[in-house]
Amino acid sequence: MSAAPSYNFAYLDEQTKRMIRRAILKAIAIPGYQVPFASREMPMPYGWGTGGVQVTAAIIGANDVLKVIDQGADDTTNAVSIRAFFAKVARVQTTTHTHAASIIQTRHRIPEKPLHAGQVLVYQVPIPEPLRFLEPRETETRKMHALEEYGLMHVKLYEDIARHGHIATTFAYPVKIEGRYVMDPSPTPKFDNPKMHMSPALQLFGAGREMRIYALPPFTEVVSLDFEDHPFEIQHFDQPCALCAATGVYLDEVILDDQGGHMFVCSDTDNCEERRAQGHRGALAGHRLEAGR
Amino acid sequence: MRDGQWRDLYDLSEAERRLLMRTDWGFVHQNPADGLRMSVSAGANVGERLMAVGGRHYGQIRATATDWLGRVEISADRIDDQPRSFSGGMRQRLQIARNLVTGPRLVFMDEPTGGLDVSVQARLLDLLRGLVGELGLSAIVVTHDLAVARLLSHRMVVMKDGRVIESGLTDRVLDDPREPYTQLLVSSILQV
Repeated sequence: MSAAPSYNFAYLDEQTKRMIRRAILKAIAIPGYQVPFASREMPMPYGWGTGGVQVTAAIIGANDVLKVIDQGADDTTNAVSIRAFFAKVARVQTTTHTHAASIIQTRHRIPEKPLHAGQVLVYQVPIPEPLRFLEPRETETRKMHALEEYGLMHVKLYEDIARHGHIATTFAYPVKIEGRYVMDPSPTPKFDNPKMHMSPALQLFGAGREMRIYALPPFTEVVSLDFEDHPFEIQHFDQPCALCAATGVYLDEVILDDQGGHMFVCSDTDNCEERRAQGHRGALAGHRLEAGR
Repeated sequence: MRDGQWRDLYDLSEAERRLLMRTDWGFVHQNPADGLRMSVSAGANVGERLMAVGGRHYGQIRATATDWLGRVEISADRIDDQPRSFSGGMRQRLQIARNLVTGPRLVFMDEPTGGLDVSVQARLLDLLRGLVGELGLSAIVVTHDLAVARLLSHRMVVMKDGRVIESGLTDRVLDDPREPYTQLLVSSILQV
């Protein structure tokens, strides 16, 4: 009797993982360049992170510790199920702590805690082509990348200023890599753009439906596009996190009732929980009841 | 090229040819929708070439765009409107502004007045003639409207089946056509 059939390590077959690794190596060699790869069907719908999952499956090893976040949170459906998926098919350790993870797969956020060398950040990307909304032809956008014709990207920013008085793009804010390729940082808030610049961690981007992989090797120059008289700015919040009183972090608005009540809380749940464990208390954190009263 | 060198067009790389297309050359399409970005504002349409050659100052780009809209007789308060909301004549004038903003030296116009009614045509031709004289640019106009040709052009070539069959000064070709096809063309004009 043989053992019950099980998945190949990390779900994908070895040939597929090799193919993806080759694409990743090429992507690292040309920072910001979109490398086509033969994206596979995954046991999840497109738009749920098939690209990120394939990249993670190709690079994960038995000793890796995996963290998955979805809009900064460790405990939403997407994050929980991808973590469970890899715990099952690769039998790896998982964690919610940013500093303890060796691979962090993310959907649309970069953790607040600075990443360190040796960590890999894997992004799930819906539309890898930053020029797509202005130029629908793939043949043309590829040519524009090849010839470094990026005037069109500024047309979009111009439109923003003409309509709203300021650059109203707040997520998927286009960046230029090492003075060469213009890249879509996936729909992360522009708040996170400065974190990509000169990051000691390796950053990999996987777009499953669009079949593209691109990458930022550690310590890569990442510059957000802007105008001389309308420079790039990140979002600012005029109040701290309501739970952990953190400032200078990205906050989510949570609606409390139908009377217009709302609160702002950290989008990065791990950072928020850690701060609360250290004793930081926000305005709405609630306080332990006194014994006997 | 702008650096004063003579270059063979057929030896240029694609990157250089495309650079020419957005600096020293212009291309005015017959259908303005082909030559404009219909989903971005008029100002962005005019500014696109400036940004494509490295313009990164919003205020200056907008000032230049406003100036050019004025030159092609589009009022400045339409600068943030999309070309979708423009009439055919306005679109065509916007397309001309978009092409001329980088000061090209050669503009190719494919039936620029096709599809416009006669009064709009006349204004557009007037505008074109003014701009050509003022900016000292050369224009190649493709047209089958001989009246337009006579009004606008100094020289004329007649093409049939993809070949040039006759060329010369406009007046000479129109008043003394030599090829049978040209004679047919000229004699086919309706005399009112």
